[in-house]
Amino acid sequence: MKNDLTDGGAVTSAAAIGTGDGTGGLPIEVNGEPRRVAAGTVAGALEELGWGTARVATALNGEFVPAAARAGRALARGDRLEVLAPMQGG
Amino acid sequence: MRSFYGQQLDSPLMLGTAQYPSPAVMEAAFRASGASVATVSLRREQGGGQAFWDIVRRLGVRVLPNTAGCHGAREAITTARMARELFRTDWIKLEVIGDDDTLQPDPFGLVEAAEVLAGEGFQVFPYTTEDLVLARRLVDAGCRVLMPWGAPIGSGLGLNNPYGLRALRAAFPDIPLVVDAGLGLPNHAARAMELGFDAVLLNTAVAQAGDPVAMAEAFALAARAGALAARADPMAPRDMAVPSTPVIGKAWL
Repeated sequence: MKNDLTDGGAVTSAAAIGTGDGTGGLPIEVNGEPRRVAAGTVAGALEELGWGTARVATALNGEFVPAAARAGRALARGDRLEVLAPMQGG
Repeated sequence: MRSFYGQQLDSPLMLGTAQYPSPAVMEAAFRASGASVATVSLRREQGGGQAFWDIVRRLGVRVLPNTAGCHGAREAITTARMARELFRTDWIKLEVIGDDDTLQPDPFGLVEAAEVLAGEGFQVFPYTTEDLVLARRLVDAGCRVLMPWGAPIGSGLGLNNPYGLRALRAAFPDIPLVVDAGLGLPNHAARAMELGFDAVLLNTAVAQAGDPVAMAEAFALAARAGALAARADPMAPRDMAVPSTPVIGKAWL
């Protein structure tokens, strides 16, 4: 998913800063989609995105973030957050 | 009986959870198969993950998460770490794919990832080829189960290299061996068990059959027959006929 925020983590458009989509917050990528989160940590972002109590595992920029470490893991502009759930497999 | 990281399995069938016509059919197929292990994966949360997990838990079988689709050691290692937390098991079916057409394992990435994961306490089930030297490297890396392919994933071709599988069995008498991938028909499962393998892992052959529940039962029967045959010490094949009915006492007519 391409957007104007994640190229090298640089913000390339003025609309990307502030409240362009009415929510404000930090521009990050969640499961490949551009999102904005007000929270500053992985735990806060999960809560905000509705996965506060969900059975999920997380990775930030390709590195596993254990559940116990989510509250202490700060988010930065352009971070790639992966939120994975159980799925069928062979 | 060889144990899988200390666990005895009630059934030599390991069954995948993907590609069934419906969750209800998957559940019925599992019950018909008597499978002792269910393979699962993890993917981006899009809803439905929790419902799927509830069904798997209801099956009451051991869960073996995979790293399906990973193309390098780094990706597979991260996926394994996430799977361990999500499924609360140290078991991991380690897949590092090296070729998109055949889904053949990347032997170099596989060994690299196996070393790291075994060092972190994972109990690694490597999806590998029947290559004997690669198998040795995996055992050296800490793997105590080996899962050579029968044929490419989803191909249904059966055992492409029975000689290679037999050589593996002979080389690793103490390591549990599982034929993983490529099985299409119950006789393939029976054959693998007859070769002295400890289990078979399959998905597509059951899930994509016209009647997955019946096919699950057929595989269960075949695997059991093969296992029984292996324990019964099969006769050696020979090229010439030998009469089974006694020759002595035959009438002069």
